Amino acid sequence: MSLLVEAIVTKQEQIAPGHYRLYLFTPEIAEAAGPGQFLHVRCGNTLDPLLRRPISIHDVDRAKNEVILFYRVAGRGTALLSKSKTGDTLSLVGPLGHGFSTPGTRTRVAVVSGGIGIAPLYFLLQEMAGSGTSADVFLGAATARQLFFSREIMNFGHRVVLSTDDGSAGYHGTVTALFEEYIRKDSNKSSMPGHSDGNMVYGCGPYGMLKRLAEIINKFGIPGEVSLEERMGCGVGACLSCACKTRGKESEVQYRRVCVEGPVFPAGEVIWE
Amino acid sequence: MGMSGATGQKNTGIRPNLAVNVGGILMKNPVTTASGTFGFGPEYAPYLDLNHLGAITVKGITLSPRNGNPTPRLAETPAGILNSIGLQNPGVERFITEVLPFLAGYDLPVIINIAGDTVGDYALLAEKLSCAPGVAGLEVNISCPNVKKGGMQFGSDPATAAEVTRAVKESTDLPVIVKLSPNVTSIVAVAEKVAEAGANALSMINTLLGLAIDIKKKRPVLGNILGGLSGPAVKPVALRAVWQVYQEVKLPIIGMGGIMTAEDAIEFILAGATAVAVGTANFVNPRATVEIIDGIERYLAGNKIKDISELTGLAHKHE
Repeated sequence: MSLLVEAIVTKQEQIAPGHYRLYLFTPEIAEAAGPGQFLHVRCGNTLDPLLRRPISIHDVDRAKNEVILFYRVAGRGTALLSKSKTGDTLSLVGPLGHGFSTPGTRTRVAVVSGGIGIAPLYFLLQEMAGSGTSADVFLGAATARQLFFSREIMNFGHRVVLSTDDGSAGYHGTVTALFEEYIRKDSNKSSMPGHSDGNMVYGCGPYGMLKRLAEIINKFGIPGEVSLEERMGCGVGACLSCACKTRGKESEVQYRRVCVEGPVFPAGEVIWE
Repeated sequence: MGMSGATGQKNTGIRPNLAVNVGGILMKNPVTTASGTFGFGPEYAPYLDLNHLGAITVKGITLSPRNGNPTPRLAETPAGILNSIGLQNPGVERFITEVLPFLAGYDLPVIINIAGDTVGDYALLAEKLSCAPGVAGLEVNISCPNVKKGGMQFGSDPATAAEVTRAVKESTDLPVIVKLSPNVTSIVAVAEKVAEAGANALSMINTLLGLAIDIKKKRPVLGNILGGLSGPAVKPVALRAVWQVYQEVKLPIIGMGGIMTAEDAIEFILAGATAVAVGTANFVNPRATVEIIDGIERYLAGNKIKDISELTGLAHKHE
């Protein structure tokens, strides 16, 4: 059940140019939130900008009753949000949307992140660590300064491989190219001990990256889930603005709502533009 | 302290009457939802008790299911939004079997917005919905700017608008509200013809045709290029339309266009609206409708107005 609440800003920190972590005191949402879900955030109190902004849930601190958002300033709404200070209140609707599935503990998991895409994946990786699943994490960004949380993710017990488009850290190239090399090598090996429940890939990042990721996992026959972004109006499924073209059960073309049926979709069901 | 505390009497004033009759649709208060901004109702049920609404006006329904327009379908503009959803809906048959039963669980007049490609479509929709239980009225959408056929075409010409109205009236005994487009030379001329054709009420305004361009990509923002503008940016235009039509046409009006607060709603009522619809505001504040209802009640009580009907068109007396 999602709620409309006034949350108190407990802290906001800039962790890189244009990138912020926002801590919100909101016990009900902290209690209910799952990885891959998002909040619809009213960034200001005036009529311009008018709409809320959908921001994925980055982390939850249930002991402190906090929900943490990690976002990049991309426009006027997020620019306004970055000005929020400790003690301010923010109107939130959430937790919203259909999040990531929970992998079984005997599933072999790969997580592929592009840029700010790490925001919701971090929450997933933390929950997975809590349930004893460790993943291979492919963390990509344009440049080294935009690679976030690799140390924390390693501390969760996951393996992390880095890539940058400009070669300033890790593999020189796209994160999907890095992931494809890994899968190609891996597919030559025979069965993986201790992973009897098959494979699973989770991805979040720019649209082009997710499209490429879907192609790769489709080619190798691995199931996967991707978290999509779309312009949203209501965030609750009423306005049908954030439609995403998907394949239905009888492979018919079907628009589904990113805010309700998504933002996480099985990669194979998305019809990529 | 005092007797009132002991007897539990908090308020000696009489609660103002908020109930209105919109062309035969009895609403317990003058607030409904603007079609397309409130889904079919269940989307907002987590945030408010739907029974508190005066009525619910649901997303536009067509004869066959529609997939809607390509994305992006939404662009934020100064104090407003442009949309080009394109009437995505499950079609009238699935609406009747899958959606109406949910709404039947509420004590709430349900107004169905209908849209067709042809005059015959509107008549058939009216016929089908008249047989379905739990429908309080029809809102005839002759003003959607986002579909190639039908929609706004029907609402742009007074004679065609009247033809659609007549066809719907002949196919139903339900109250018929005709939703007017602001994208016309004279909204009064359309309203007059629609009234002559037998409409029971008017709703206005639908969205204003608009455009937004992405200067980075050097192309229109919306997948469908043009869209309909709504939100606070359109409020003065909507108010003007209500004002002008109220002067010339003796039909109840559901006023809408950028209503965010009770104060906005009261402006529409003073301009001549019997009821109002809340649209884009729902996206910003899911509880906008019920907050507006409470605000209207407080305004009436504060101004010692016993009945909301006393307020309708009152601003014209000071012209």
